[in-house]
Amino acid sequence: MNELIWILISAMVVNNFTLALFLGLCPFLGVSGRVATALRMGAANIFVMVITSLAAWFLNSYVLADAPYLRIISFIVVIASLVQIVEMAIKKLSPALFRELGIFLPLITTNCAILGLAIFQTNRGYGLAEGLFFAVGAGLGVTLALVLMASIRERIELSDVPALARNMGLVLILAGTLSLAFTGFAGLFSS
Amino acid sequence: MRATTPTEDLLRGIWRENPVLIQLLGLCPALAVTNTVANGIAMGLATTFVLMGSSLLVSLLSDYIPKEVRISAYILIIATFVTLVDLILAAVVPDIHKALGAFIALIVVNCMILGRQEAFASRRPVGRALLDAAGTSAGFMIALLLMSGFRELLGNGSLLGVDVMGPGFEPWIIMILPAGGFFMLGFILLALAWWQGRAQPPVKPRRWPNGVTTTTHANAAPRERDKVVA
Amino acid sequence: MSTQPVPGNGPGVAEVQSWRLVTTLAVAGMLAGLLIVLVFQWAHPRILDHQERAVTAAVDVVLSAPERTERYFVVDGQLRAEAPEGSDTLRLERVFLGFDASDAPIGYAVRGGEAGFQDIITVLFGYHPARDEVLGMLVLDNKETPGLGDKIVKDTAFVAAFQGVRAPIQGVKARAGSGAETEVDMITGATISSRAVIDIINHRIEALGPILKRHLETRVAGSGAST
Repeated sequence: MNELIWILISAMVVNNFTLALFLGLCPFLGVSGRVATALRMGAANIFVMVITSLAAWFLNSYVLADAPYLRIISFIVVIASLVQIVEMAIKKLSPALFRELGIFLPLITTNCAILGLAIFQTNRGYGLAEGLFFAVGAGLGVTLALVLMASIRERIELSDVPALARNMGLVLILAGTLSLAFTGFAGLFSS
Repeated sequence: MRATTPTEDLLRGIWRENPVLIQLLGLCPALAVTNTVANGIAMGLATTFVLMGSSLLVSLLSDYIPKEVRISAYILIIATFVTLVDLILAAVVPDIHKALGAFIALIVVNCMILGRQEAFASRRPVGRALLDAAGTSAGFMIALLLMSGFRELLGNGSLLGVDVMGPGFEPWIIMILPAGGFFMLGFILLALAWWQGRAQPPVKPRRWPNGVTTTTHANAAPRERDKVVA
Repeated sequence: MSTQPVPGNGPGVAEVQSWRLVTTLAVAGMLAGLLIVLVFQWAHPRILDHQERAVTAAVDVVLSAPERTERYFVVDGQLRAEAPEGSDTLRLERVFLGFDASDAPIGYAVRGGEAGFQDIITVLFGYHPARDEVLGMLVLDNKETPGLGDKIVKDTAFVAAFQGVRAPIQGVKARAGSGAETEVDMITGATISSRAVIDIINHRIEALGPILKRHLETRVAGSGAST
């Protein structure tokens, strides 16, 4: 159990996907203007990551054992199709949920955080439970980074920032500061 | 679509539409593997191989790929080249393969590559597609060299592993930490904005209710607040 | 309902189209697969060769360059020369038994990994079960903070301290130890990383020590009987 909690916390804050591993930067920079949007993007991310983790575990255990060289291709194809199917299902079953999350799903599919999750899970030899904790932790971490960044950017909207810095340059410096703050989480689980 | 000359196709990606510095595409590898110049170069070369190969195939096959499945077909082609480069690097330079790790596989989801297929290679003859791919790759490589050069120099006092700052230099560890990647790219983007804004005269000073006066560069992006007021 | 055929919208046309879509993707997929398999055939032996050489080089470090080594899989609390049928040889724990020039056993090279300061640290260490002695340590993989935690690799005094230390190892503050043969000086500024390395080794010895001890006894007795 301890091991699973460590995986969750490690993926969430110590080795945060966005701030320590640079995965999923497109949404981090693109969809972090408003806290409400960031939260929904984060929720969609957690959702897709859990699906991805299940898919990667299934592929690794039953399909790719004899053909590891087809890993990249099959991950990307299976994840993309699975997300598409889930998207259609949500649209049919719950239009309200689809309006909240649906528009983000296609964006997320070609996001490196998702493929990154599948590949890290494979490289570390995670099983089903470990993979799920890893996916939830990584998803929560991405959400945390998105919401933090969105909160800062909402404040910046109201402050008098020099014209020069009113582009992505400042956002990246902020991301660097957040990343630096997150290095403080290292050693959280050590004696 | 506006006709372009071959020279334009080649040069566009290098500077005016640089994938990383101007379009902010492919940031994940540009930040993740640029803690040393050697890693930056390896990632640049691997991406060049994938981009050139995919552009070549997509341009050749675009007439045979039905419109409805084109994105899937492009991703399939890109993933094939990524698998190839992953295998080749592991077989030829295992140390670099280990250092880049999962980020080689993640070339698949580098939006820069898919973007060039969709926007350019699928609609142009092979020669032009290759020129465009070469230009974009060169632009990517320049950005990686810029990032990794500064980061290794400041963070480790060396370039390509060779000590250049002398024994008296205390390395800025932060530059090779993840935070340093964000800071470095942020500073480069700010410097670019300053350089581009220098050419234009600032517009008239603006006085705020709190008594502060600011001048706004003509090309600065408007803020949400300004848009609402307007 | 109109009987006029609508170009591109009739059911027949749609079927032909989706048939073509599937064929295109199938052909593309097959070509891609073929190409990958060809390159894999060429690359795979080289990759295995590199891995083998990396393992040999690491074992050489922690067992001080053995003349030859034997590889064993840890299965159900026993060392076996062959992996059981149908098991994934890459997932099984492997240990290496090194022999010196006079064919006397030097000790076992054992791998372990646990959470360090930032992420998992993996180490390989040499261990002699009868003398309960660690013979050497090599960090295989770490993501510790550059300049601080990564001293577990770069600090030669720390690395050398593992040669000939008695297990279970005790980490002590630098120059504060009593000089006992179970003590290793931890690195100032990298205490957590140092402790992680020590813990990994202690835990592996705790788990594998009795198994290795039994194996070494039977191995020595076995070779004595056959010669």
